[in-house]
Amino acid sequence: MFSKRKVSAICLAVSLAMFAAGCKKKVPPPPPPPPPAPAVTAPAAPPASAPVVGQFTAEPSSIQRGQSSTLRWEISGNITSVSINQGVGTVQNTGSRQVSPADSTTYVLTATGPGGSVNASATVTVSSPPPPPPPPPAAAPKVSFEQRMASDVQDAYFDYDRSDIRGDAQATLTQDATSIKAILADFPSSVIVIEGHCDERGSAEYNLGLGDRRATAARDFLQQLGVPADRLKTISYGKERPQCTEGNESCWQKNRRVHLSPGQ
Amino acid sequence: MKKLLWLIVPASAALMVLAAQQRGDININISKTGELPRIAIPDFRGAGDAQKFMAAFNETLAADVAASGQLKLVSKSMMPVFTPQQPSDFVTPAPVQQAPAPKRGRPAPPPQPTNGGGHWIADWSSPPLSANYLAFGYTAVQNGVFVLRGWLFDASKPDVSGAQMLGKTYLASVDEAGARKTAHEFATDIIALFGGKSMFGTHIYYVHRESARSTVSEIWRMDPDGGNAMQLTRFGITSLYPAVSADGTKIAFSSNRSFKWDIFVFSVDLRPRDLRFYNPNTRMNSQPSFTPDGKQVVFMSTAGTDKCCRIFIANLDGSGVRPLTSSVFIDAEPKVNPKTGADVVFSSGRSGPEQVYKMNIDGGDVERLSDGTGEAANPSWHPNGQKIAFAWTRGFAAGKFNIFIMDVTTRSYNQLTHDEGKNENPSWAPDGIHLAFMSNRTGTEQIWTMLADGSQPQQITKQGVNSSPVWGM
Repeated sequence: MFSKRKVSAICLAVSLAMFAAGCKKKVPPPPPPPPPAPAVTAPAAPPASAPVVGQFTAEPSSIQRGQSSTLRWEISGNITSVSINQGVGTVQNTGSRQVSPADSTTYVLTATGPGGSVNASATVTVSSPPPPPPPPPAAAPKVSFEQRMASDVQDAYFDYDRSDIRGDAQATLTQDATSIKAILADFPSSVIVIEGHCDERGSAEYNLGLGDRRATAARDFLQQLGVPADRLKTISYGKERPQCTEGNESCWQKNRRVHLSPGQ
Repeated sequence: MKKLLWLIVPASAALMVLAAQQRGDININISKTGELPRIAIPDFRGAGDAQKFMAAFNETLAADVAASGQLKLVSKSMMPVFTPQQPSDFVTPAPVQQAPAPKRGRPAPPPQPTNGGGHWIADWSSPPLSANYLAFGYTAVQNGVFVLRGWLFDASKPDVSGAQMLGKTYLASVDEAGARKTAHEFATDIIALFGGKSMFGTHIYYVHRESARSTVSEIWRMDPDGGNAMQLTRFGITSLYPAVSADGTKIAFSSNRSFKWDIFVFSVDLRPRDLRFYNPNTRMNSQPSFTPDGKQVVFMSTAGTDKCCRIFIANLDGSGVRPLTSSVFIDAEPKVNPKTGADVVFSSGRSGPEQVYKMNIDGGDVERLSDGTGEAANPSWHPNGQKIAFAWTRGFAAGKFNIFIMDVTTRSYNQLTHDEGKNENPSWAPDGIHLAFMSNRTGTEQIWTMLADGSQPQQITKQGVNSSPVWGM
């Protein structure tokens, strides 16, 4: 990364230097010569007695705010003083100076001699730093207790008017026990509510009892598989909260269930 | 709707059969022709300030008399233009004279009127009205008191003298409640003349929820016509299964709090007040009901076994608790015989799908009352302790309950509802003639009443969702 940047910086510097030096060797002859680099205004040929600006460059000519650029100059001829504005002040005939302008700045060098003054300018273009990169992706959002319960735990189903854990319900609850133990470990203060539900057959009064039997049967099964008893609550909803309200067996089967829900 | 019922109900042959079967138990007077006596109750009017309460008054009077099952109201649309308001409004028609042969040169005498336009008592007893009885009167505000003067006349009498069966003055506060009170009292007096008992003074206790989705339910109480609805509990949780003591001074119910069903006993003779029933320390204590002396409750509980549920009995404070049944199967909703206190009906899954059973108060002599078909639940004793009403799916799809009544000795039964939605939780009125029950025939669970022959179903509640009616004092 850095080396790449360095390489490109060097390339830029080299090409600028070539422009600044007015190197025309690489330019094929037929087209007109490229205009002088904007950084340097080649002075008109001074009168013989005036100072001659051999070089006044800013390298690099484009920086980001906070970075610095180096002004280099080389003045020859009959010189009495050389100065650069923008607070740089009087300088030697030949030298360099690091500058860190906050904004794009054009430095004007004034060389004065008995034959008159010569100006040259070099511009440092300052750009704002790029916007910060996007923050690293947030750590994967923490899955909530409720989400874990919804995604990892399945309902177990019962036969009509029965509360014993049948074969498929044993398989379901065995998987549920594994999930529940992991969930309870991840959420140490949580409890799980085992809801017992019934189909619409039988009275509300009787189904309150049947739902309770289903919930406690599931509770006992989970406890046998090592789910801590003090983390399990039971409640019977009887036939008050059906999943499905049609009067047929496929619907009734959906309602004869225990549902494990997150407790407070 | 009412008119339709009037047409269908009394004429039904089934009713006559039913009446024959139930003679002596259910005291509905049905004549040989299957017709109830017909009573005309024209709208009463009020003098001055009393008039603004008369809509409520007339509605209450007609509803009470109609609901009695003793009398049939005749349609107001057929009534004469003139409505008598006191006995002196009646006139005796002039004796019919043979019209003398018209003599030449003289105008014919004006024809004699054929009716009195309401002034003749015969105007009420002759077709098309054909009323056997006429109730009339008026109201007024006098010295800051609402006054009803009410009469009942036997319309079959040829003239006013000797027709009066009832003539009485009733007093109440000057407001709608007062007007209703006088109507209830007047209706009670009328009904009593025909051997009926008024529902006035009794209450229906029930469970009210704002909507079917609401998880909050509270116990309420109302008059049998739906008036004076009053909230008795304010727990803001699920409260269900109300019961009322025989004297109407206490209710019991159960509430679910923190994954535990507990029983509450409240005094309701004045303000609802918790009498502190100390529950067995277990997950479920529910579905309580009182013994006839009001000193004990029976209920279902997981106490002792952690298995739902056995039937228990305990004193009103929760002491002396002991089980009456074993816990192999689910036993629920026990109800003690209100007459004898000696036996208990309950529902149980001990022989398969839920059925209704009876046992002694000590838990012995368990016998099944329903015949094992379908599902049978919600037993409720008749006040005479010889019959029960219950919900049964016999003859219908599973889960489709209808109301039946059964003689617990002979096991003969009658079906009162016929698949008009689900019909559950019947409860006898103290008069033994009416039943309250829950039906979802309108789309939501609401409380209805009907006569014990299944006639005159009336929707009592309409707001929210209402269930588990218990009719008591």
